[in-house]
Amino acid sequence: MNILIFLVPAALLLGLLGLVAFLWSLKAGQYDDLEGAAERILYDDDKPDNDEPDDGGRSG
Amino acid sequence: MSEAATAQERPGIDPDLFVRRTEEGLARLDLVVAGMHCAGCLRKVEGVLKGLNGVEYARANLSTKRVAVRWDPARLKASAVIRALADTGFTAVPFDPKLIGTLDDRESRSLLKALGVAGFAAANVMLVSVSVWSGLVSDMDETTRSFFHWVSALIALPAIAYAGQPFFRSALKALRAKSMNMDVPIALAVILATTMSLVQTMVNARHVYFDASVTLLFFLLIGRYLDVQARARACSAAENLLGLRATAATLIAPDGTHKSIAVENLEPGMKVLVVAGARIPADGEIVTGTSEIDTSLVTGESVPEQVKAGASVFAGTLNLGAPLVIRVTKRDDDSLLAEIVRLMETAEQGRARYVRIADRAARIYSPAVHIMALATLLLWFALGAHWETSLTYAISVLIITCPCALGLAVPVVQVVATGRLLRQGVLVKAADGLERLAQADTIVFDKTGTLTLGRPRLVNGDEIARADLALAAAIAAASRHPLALALTAHGQTLPHPLLDDIHEEPGMGLEARLGGEPIRLGNADYAGVNATHGQGHGGSELWLRRGSDEPVRFRFEDTPRPDARDVIAALKARGFAIELLSGDREPAVKRLAGELGIANWRAAARPAAKIARLEELAAEGRKVAMIGDGLNDAPALRAAHVSLSPADAADVSQTAADFIFQGAKLAPIVEAVDVARKSRRLVFQNFGLALAYNAVAVPLAVAGFVTPLVAAIAMSSSSITVTLNSLRLNLAQRRALSRKAS
Repeated sequence: MNILIFLVPAALLLGLLGLVAFLWSLKAGQYDDLEGAAERILYDDDKPDNDEPDDGGRSG
Repeated sequence: MSEAATAQERPGIDPDLFVRRTEEGLARLDLVVAGMHCAGCLRKVEGVLKGLNGVEYARANLSTKRVAVRWDPARLKASAVIRALADTGFTAVPFDPKLIGTLDDRESRSLLKALGVAGFAAANVMLVSVSVWSGLVSDMDETTRSFFHWVSALIALPAIAYAGQPFFRSALKALRAKSMNMDVPIALAVILATTMSLVQTMVNARHVYFDASVTLLFFLLIGRYLDVQARARACSAAENLLGLRATAATLIAPDGTHKSIAVENLEPGMKVLVVAGARIPADGEIVTGTSEIDTSLVTGESVPEQVKAGASVFAGTLNLGAPLVIRVTKRDDDSLLAEIVRLMETAEQGRARYVRIADRAARIYSPAVHIMALATLLLWFALGAHWETSLTYAISVLIITCPCALGLAVPVVQVVATGRLLRQGVLVKAADGLERLAQADTIVFDKTGTLTLGRPRLVNGDEIARADLALAAAIAAASRHPLALALTAHGQTLPHPLLDDIHEEPGMGLEARLGGEPIRLGNADYAGVNATHGQGHGGSELWLRRGSDEPVRFRFEDTPRPDARDVIAALKARGFAIELLSGDREPAVKRLAGELGIANWRAAARPAAKIARLEELAAEGRKVAMIGDGLNDAPALRAAHVSLSPADAADVSQTAADFIFQGAKLAPIVEAVDVARKSRRLVFQNFGLALAYNAVAVPLAVAGFVTPLVAAIAMSSSSITVTLNSLRLNLAQRRALSRKAS
C-alpha cells in the first residue's frame, strides 16, 4: 500500500491542475460572452486577433 | 467634423467623460452598441474599430451588447470612435463600467468560482470515498482507511469553507431577519455533517460524510448559478437602456449663442435647438422649423408625425427631418416621459410581492426537517442510546433530507424552458415570469403594434388606376418613409415609368419629373389638395398629383399580425378570457375586435385608464397577462400579473415586460403559455419526486441505517431523477416537431 503515498498526491495534483486551469480561464474572461464565442467560430478569416485578454478580460 | 457626422451624434453626451486611461497609457472606453445582434454585426463593429488608425484593441460582447475599445489617445479622439460606428449604422453610447453591470457580473463570477472549487473537491473526495466503501467490504486496514479519511478532510474542509459561503451568507441573512429560507437547512446540514465527520475522523470511526457535504454543495451551486445567470441577462438589457437617455440639450441663449445644458436644468420658456437625428430633450412647442418626428417611443406608432411651428412635441421622441428650435413648456420631471416613468413606479409598488414556488416550499419544508431531526435525537435519547449515537442519527436525518433535489427542481426546469422558448423566439426576462404566466387566466391585448404590425398597408389599391399606382410606386421607391415603403411594396410588380429629378422634401413629400411634367407625391398640402377633393382620413394618406390633374388619394391602414385571429382562437381554447384595451380611436378598435373575434374591447384608453381596468380585473381575482408594446403601455405592463411585449416594442416597454417575443407572428405567445404551464407541472412533479425519495430515506435515517454510501446514493439519484424529469420538456417539443414533419 506504500504506492498510495505517491498516487494520492499525484491524483490530487492533477485535480488541482484542472481547477487552476478553470479559474484561470474564468479570470481571463473566457466565460464572459458565451453567445459571442458561439458566433465567432463562424468567422472564416484566420487572421490572428490582437485581442489578448486584458485586466481580467472584462469587455464591458 | 462634417455637418452630417455632427447630426448623427447624440447631443450632449461628451464621450471624453467616460474615457479611462490604462496602465500602458492607452485610452479605454466602454460603449453600448444597441443594434448588435448577430455574428455579422459583431464582426462589423470590431472590424470598423480595428480599422481605425490608433486603435489597439476592440472586443465586442454579444451577450451584453457592449464593446470595449482601447486606443492611442495621441492619434485618435473618442468622438471619432463613436462617429466611425455611427457611419456604419450602429448607435454607440459610452457608459461608465463602474456604474453599470458590475454587481451581477461579480455575483455570477464568484458563484462560478465556488462551483469550480466544489466540483474539484467533489470529484476527489468521491474518488477517495469509493476506495473506502470498497475497502469496508474487503481487506482495507484501519491505518489506510484513516489515511483516506484525513485526505478527504484535507480536501473537503477548505473547499466547503470557500464554496459554501453563498449559502452560509444567505442563511445568516434570513436568520437575522428572523425568517426561513431553503439555505438555512442547507447550511445547517453542511456544517453539521462536516463537523461530525471531522470528529469521526479524529476518533478513527468507520463512517465520514465529507463526500455528502461537497457533492451537496456542488449540485446546489449548479442550481444557484443557473438562477443568477437567468436574472443577469434580463438586468443587462435594462441597464443598457439607462445609457441611452439624452442627458443634455443645446440651449439657445437670448443673445443667440449656443451652449450645452443638462436636461434637468431646463426651465419652461428656454429655447433649445434639436438637430436632425437627435432626441427631443423636453416637452415643448416648436418655434421655428418643419420636420418629421418619430414618436414610436411614446405611442408605438411607426409613421412619423409631421410637425411645424406651433406644434407640441414630447421629450424622448426623435427628430428625423430638419433642425428645430423648441420652446420648453415643461420641466424635465413634468414631461410626459417622466409621468409615464412615475406611473410605472407606482404600478410596481402596487403589484403584490409574488412569492416563488421554491420559497413557498422552503417555508414548509425547513421547519419540518428541523423538527424531524430534533425528534430523532430525543427519541433515541429516550430509548436509552448514548447521546453521541443519538446526535449522529439526528445529523444523518438532516443530511439525507437536505433539499438537494429541491434546490435543483426549479432552476433546471427554468433553464430548459427558457432555452426552449429562446429557440422559438421568446426571451424570458423575469426569473419568476414562467411561474406567473402559468397562473394567468385573462389576457389583455394592446392594439397598435401588438395585435397589428404597426406597419401601414395600402388599402384602396383596387380603386386606383394601374398607371397612377405604377407612377406613385416609382416615386415612392426613392424614399424610406413608412408610407412610401408600403406603396413601393404594393406596386413592386408594376412596370415603373422612367423619372427624372426625384427629390424629397423632408416632412412633405417627393417631387419628380416625367417627360418634363412635374409630379408630386406627398401630404395633402404638398400635393395642393383642397377640401373639394375629399375628406381627410387621419394621418395615413398620400396624394399623387400629376401636373394640374385631379389628385389621387392613397389610403393606408395598419395590418393585423398574420396569425392574430388563429392565436386569439387558440388562447380562447386554452380557457383564457381575452380583452382589447387600446389608446386608438373607437372605429378602428371596433373593426379590429370584430375581425379577430374579441368581444370585450375598450377604445381611447389612456395609460391611467388601462391601469384602472387591470386593477378592476385583479380585484375580481383574475390573474392578467398584459401584452403591449408602446411606451403608453409600459405602466400597464408593470401593473399586470405578468406581461409580454413584442421585440419591436418601445425600449421602456421591453424593460417593463416579463417576456419579449420576436418576429411578425403572435404564435410565440401560445408557445410561451404552453411551456409555462408544462414547466409548472414539471416543477410540481420534481417536488413530488424529491419528497418520494425522502419518504424512503427519512425512515432509514431515523432508524439509524444511513451510512455515507446510502446518503450518497440517495442524494445523487434524486438529483439526477429531477434533472432528467426536467429535460422531458425538450423531449415533448422534439416529438411535436417530428409529428409536424411527418
